[in-house]
Amino acid sequence: MFIQVENLTKKFKNSLAVNKINFSIEKNKTVGLLGPNGCGKTTTIGMMLGLIKPSAGTIIIDNKNLEKTDRISLLNKMNFASPYVELPKRLTVKQNLEVYGRLYGVKNLDDKIKEISEELNLKIFLSKKTGELSSGQKNRVSLAKSLINEPEILFLDEPTASLDPDIGDYIRSYIQSYKTKKKITIFLASHNMAEVERLCDSIIMMKNGKIIDRGTCEEIIKKHGRNNLEETFLKLARSKDEV
Amino acid sequence: MRFDKIYALSLRHIYLICSSFPRIIDLIYWPTVQIFLWGFISKFFTLNSTYYSNTVGIILTAAILYDFLFRASISFNMMFLEEIWSRNFTNLFIAPIKISEIITSLTLTTIFRTLIGLVPATILAIPLFGVSIFKLGIPLLFLLLSLYIFGVTLGLLVASGLLRFGPAFESVAWASLFFLAPLGCIYYPIEILPNALQLIAKALPLVHIFEEMRNILLNNSVNWFQIIKSISISIIYFVFGVIVFYLSYFGAKVRGTLINMGE
Repeated sequence: MFIQVENLTKKFKNSLAVNKINFSIEKNKTVGLLGPNGCGKTTTIGMMLGLIKPSAGTIIIDNKNLEKTDRISLLNKMNFASPYVELPKRLTVKQNLEVYGRLYGVKNLDDKIKEISEELNLKIFLSKKTGELSSGQKNRVSLAKSLINEPEILFLDEPTASLDPDIGDYIRSYIQSYKTKKKITIFLASHNMAEVERLCDSIIMMKNGKIIDRGTCEEIIKKHGRNNLEETFLKLARSKDEV
Repeated sequence: MRFDKIYALSLRHIYLICSSFPRIIDLIYWPTVQIFLWGFISKFFTLNSTYYSNTVGIILTAAILYDFLFRASISFNMMFLEEIWSRNFTNLFIAPIKISEIITSLTLTTIFRTLIGLVPATILAIPLFGVSIFKLGIPLLFLLLSLYIFGVTLGLLVASGLLRFGPAFESVAWASLFFLAPLGCIYYPIEILPNALQLIAKALPLVHIFEEMRNILLNNSVNWFQIIKSISISIIYFVFGVIVFYLSYFGAKVRGTLINMGE
C-alpha cells in the first residue's frame, strides 16, 4: 500500500476529533473522504500533511512513518489545495508560483510555470495580483501551486467549492486528465457527491470521527439501497447510529 | 539548511515590499517622523542642559538606535503576520522547508526591511540636525548587531505567541517593545532607575548598548567589554527565542492551530 493509516486518533482537549481510523490507499488511486461538517475530515488531512500531531496511531506513506521519518523528504512528494487556504494576495500569480516552485526545489521553474499556466488557462493572469482574481481564478492558481512540484500524492479539500458549474466542471476534468497522465494518488475531501462519483475510485465515509463505511461508490449506494451517492450520504449522515 | 529555500521565502517578502510604493513610503515615513521629533527635542536639550552640552545630538543618536531595534522587531513580526493575514499558513508549513530555514529567512529579510526605513532617516539627520550616528565609529557596527539580534529575538517571541494564541496575540506584537523601553535606559543613564529595576535592566542588552553609546559620545572612549557583553546577552536571548519558537510550533501541531489559521 502507498498510504497506510492505522488507529489514527486525534483528541483536542475534551473532544475526540478522529477516533482510531484505519484505511489504506493504493498508488495511483483517487480516494474520496466524505462526511458531514465536523466529522474529522480536515483533521485527518491535517495529520496526513504533518500539520497536526496525532494523539495516537501511525501514518505510513511510501513505507515511511510520517512522525518518525524526515518530514521534508515526504513533503517534497506531496501537495495540497483548498479554497480555504489562500496564497499571498499581494503577490502576482507568477510570483506566487515562483516562490512555491523554489520552496519545492522545482527544476526548470520558468518552463514549469509556463506549462502549468497554459494547462490551467492562467497565462493572462500571471502578472495580476492573486487577491484581485475571482474565486474560480484563485482556485485554479491554488491548483497550479499544488501541482508545481508534480506531487506523487495530492490532497484536495473541496477543490470546487463555491465555483460555478462551468468552472467546477473544468477543474474536475483537469484533475481527471492530470491523474491519468501523471499517475498520481489523490486524497479528496468533498461535499459534492457528483464530483466524488466522477473522480474517486473508492470512498471513505466518516461521522463523529469514525469511519462508518467504505468501498466504491457503486458498492456503497447498492449496500444502502439508494439511487445515488447524495441520497446515501444523507441516509448515513442523518442516521443516529453507526452503520 | 538549504540556501535556496531560505532565498525562496525571502523572495516572497521582498516581492511584497517592492510591489507596493505606499508600503515603501510607510516603511520610511515613521522613522523619518521619529528623527524630526527627537531632532528638535535633542536640539532643545543641547541648548538647555549641562549634561548634554558636551555633545550634540546624543538623544537623537539614541532615538535612531532605538528605532533600529524597533524596526527590526516590527519587521520580523510583520512578515510573520503577513502569513496569517494572507491565510498562507497551511501552504507554508506543508512546504518542504525546515523551521530553521523559516527563522533564518525571516531574520535575514528583517535587515532588508529595517534598512529601507532607517537609512533615509539616518542620512536626513546629518544635514538637518548635524547629527551622524557614524560618529560612533567602528563600535556602531557592533551596537547595531546587538540591537538587531535582540530585535529579531523579540520578533521571534511575538511570533511564538502568535503560534500559541493565534491572531489575537497581534496586539501584543505592537506593545512588546514599549514594555521593555523603560528598562532599556535609552535616553537616560541606568542610575535613574530604582535599585531593584537596575538589576533587571542589566539583564537586558539594551542598557549596555545605550550606556556604551553615551560613553563613546561623552567620553570619546570605547569600552569593548560592554559591547561584547551586550552582544553575548543578545545571543543568549536569541537562543532562548529560537527554543520558544520551536516549542510553540510543536505546541501548535498538537493543538491543530497550524491549519486554517487566518484573520
